[in-house]
Amino acid sequence: MKILAIDTATEACSAALSIDNEVITRYQLAPREHSRLILKMIDRLMCEAELSLSALDALAFGQGPGAFMGIRIAAGVTQGIAYARDLPVIPVSNLMAIAEVTRKQTTAEHVLCAIDARMKEIYWAAYQYNNQGEWMEVIDECVCDPQTMIYPEHGRWTAAGTGWASYIDSMTDRLKNSNIEIETLLPACLPSAAAIARIACHNYQHGRMVNAEQAQPVYLRNNVASKPRQKTFMALLNGNTISSES
Amino acid sequence: MIVLGIESSCDETGIAVYSSEEGLLAHALHSQIALHAEYGGVVPELASRDHIRYLIPLIKQALAQAGIKKKTLDGVAYTAGPGLIGALMSGASVARSLAWALDIPAVEVHHMEGHLLAPMLEARPPSFPFLALLVSGGHTLLADVKGIGQYALLGQSLDDAAGEAFDKTAKLLGLGYPGGPALAAAAKQGHAGYYHFPRPMVDRPGLDFSFSGLKTYALNTMMKQAEKNLAETVEHPLNAQGLTEQNVADIALAFEQAAVDTLVVKSQRALIQQHCQRLVIAGGVSANLRLREQMGQMVKKHHAELFYPAVEFCTDNGAMIALAGCLRLQAGQMQPLEIAARARWSMQALPSINQT
Repeated sequence: MKILAIDTATEACSAALSIDNEVITRYQLAPREHSRLILKMIDRLMCEAELSLSALDALAFGQGPGAFMGIRIAAGVTQGIAYARDLPVIPVSNLMAIAEVTRKQTTAEHVLCAIDARMKEIYWAAYQYNNQGEWMEVIDECVCDPQTMIYPEHGRWTAAGTGWASYIDSMTDRLKNSNIEIETLLPACLPSAAAIARIACHNYQHGRMVNAEQAQPVYLRNNVASKPRQKTFMALLNGNTISSES
Repeated sequence: MIVLGIESSCDETGIAVYSSEEGLLAHALHSQIALHAEYGGVVPELASRDHIRYLIPLIKQALAQAGIKKKTLDGVAYTAGPGLIGALMSGASVARSLAWALDIPAVEVHHMEGHLLAPMLEARPPSFPFLALLVSGGHTLLADVKGIGQYALLGQSLDDAAGEAFDKTAKLLGLGYPGGPALAAAAKQGHAGYYHFPRPMVDRPGLDFSFSGLKTYALNTMMKQAEKNLAETVEHPLNAQGLTEQNVADIALAFEQAAVDTLVVKSQRALIQQHCQRLVIAGGVSANLRLREQMGQMVKKHHAELFYPAVEFCTDNGAMIALAGCLRLQAGQMQPLEIAARARWSMQALPSINQT
């Protein structure tokens, strides 16, 4: 099985090629450089593996949550390649990718994942690795205030992701009276294409695939603009565009 | 050479297939007007989200219409700027990776170059050199066009773009979004001479424009008229702004006349100054019938010719991008393996290509 995975959802930009469960990868911390780097990374990986696109079984990408522009780059690049070569696509959650990066690093199988979502919020989910080699969502992924996040009932958990780095005080405060024990804290953990490729291999075997146009980002934050109230003449004169960014 | 064109710089997703031999083979467009209407203007994040949903379905549609298989494409052209960065990035990501995966060259196209070459999609295309007036919601400029990539900026708007002034004035008048066509429609019912708007900057030398004053003038006119209506108990029903339907039409007409006159006067000045025989008008506002008519009369007086795109290619579209990209690809230009998107991009920085 041969799967090409990409991820541009966070500060990290990466591409990975899984060939019969052997993963080769390119990974770079490169904020705002993703659009310049990602295709070259893919191209070099394919050359290194001496593989043509027609040898691939599927594409995978980090569907989000993450930076809006970043997850659209990953979705767009995936759509373009998948459509050109009629390849199926496996979208993978970036929070789940953090859980997988953590497992690879520490063997942890219970991970509380948090990505800094800006605007004083986090993208948040809890995952448990089961004996079928699959990540199960214990807490569904969501965007929330770190002071009010919903957490699992009990257990020893590894905390991973930049959300922990940004809001460590509020988050530990939130868990203070819970039955959660934080075993390890990995606040610098970022998702990677290699982790996405490994998750995708599993999903591929279970036939969880979509076509090119269904390779869409998952933003979680959907309230991105407010509808204007009845404006006064003067307000209209002073510009009329409402904008909002992640 | 068969080129796929992809446009996503603002609130329209435009896809087209253009053949250097046979011209335009197909084009497909998804307009986000309804999406942004309730916000009263384009919301960049929502625009980006919409593009990434519609790009592939529209590419499929355009290729099916053209009866072309994706493997027969010789190149991909996409708008790399200027525009909304997130919106551009959506189109650029799909376009550049599609070209890479098909193993064909990609070329980045300047949105405004696309507009100014759009008349070349017509049966009677302009030949170089020509003078171009680009008028849209985002831009107002006069350029001397010697060839592809040889653009000298002669003048531009110092504040609002012409189309922006149309949109904002229409909004003031309660005519909805986007305002340009709505304002022109209302103006048809207007009586000339009831109000007189100034012609901004026509009495000053040079080829620059200014349109924000017109919008303020419209507001003042409206307020004065509304006060009068309230004092005099008019027979006709008043709208939320205190105006009758006829008032709205009359003000729309006075505004349109002022804006069009200004564009015509400056274009005339540029024709004389540059000793040019051809004038191209392009961009959303070039669909305005009053502008086309008055510009036609002016050009005739100077024994020059006027060119403009079909109405559907005045506003943003993929056809103009496919055409511009095809010309550049034919000249051997192609882009390295990077996704290019720039919010700002000077048209004068474009490389020129030699016309054959």
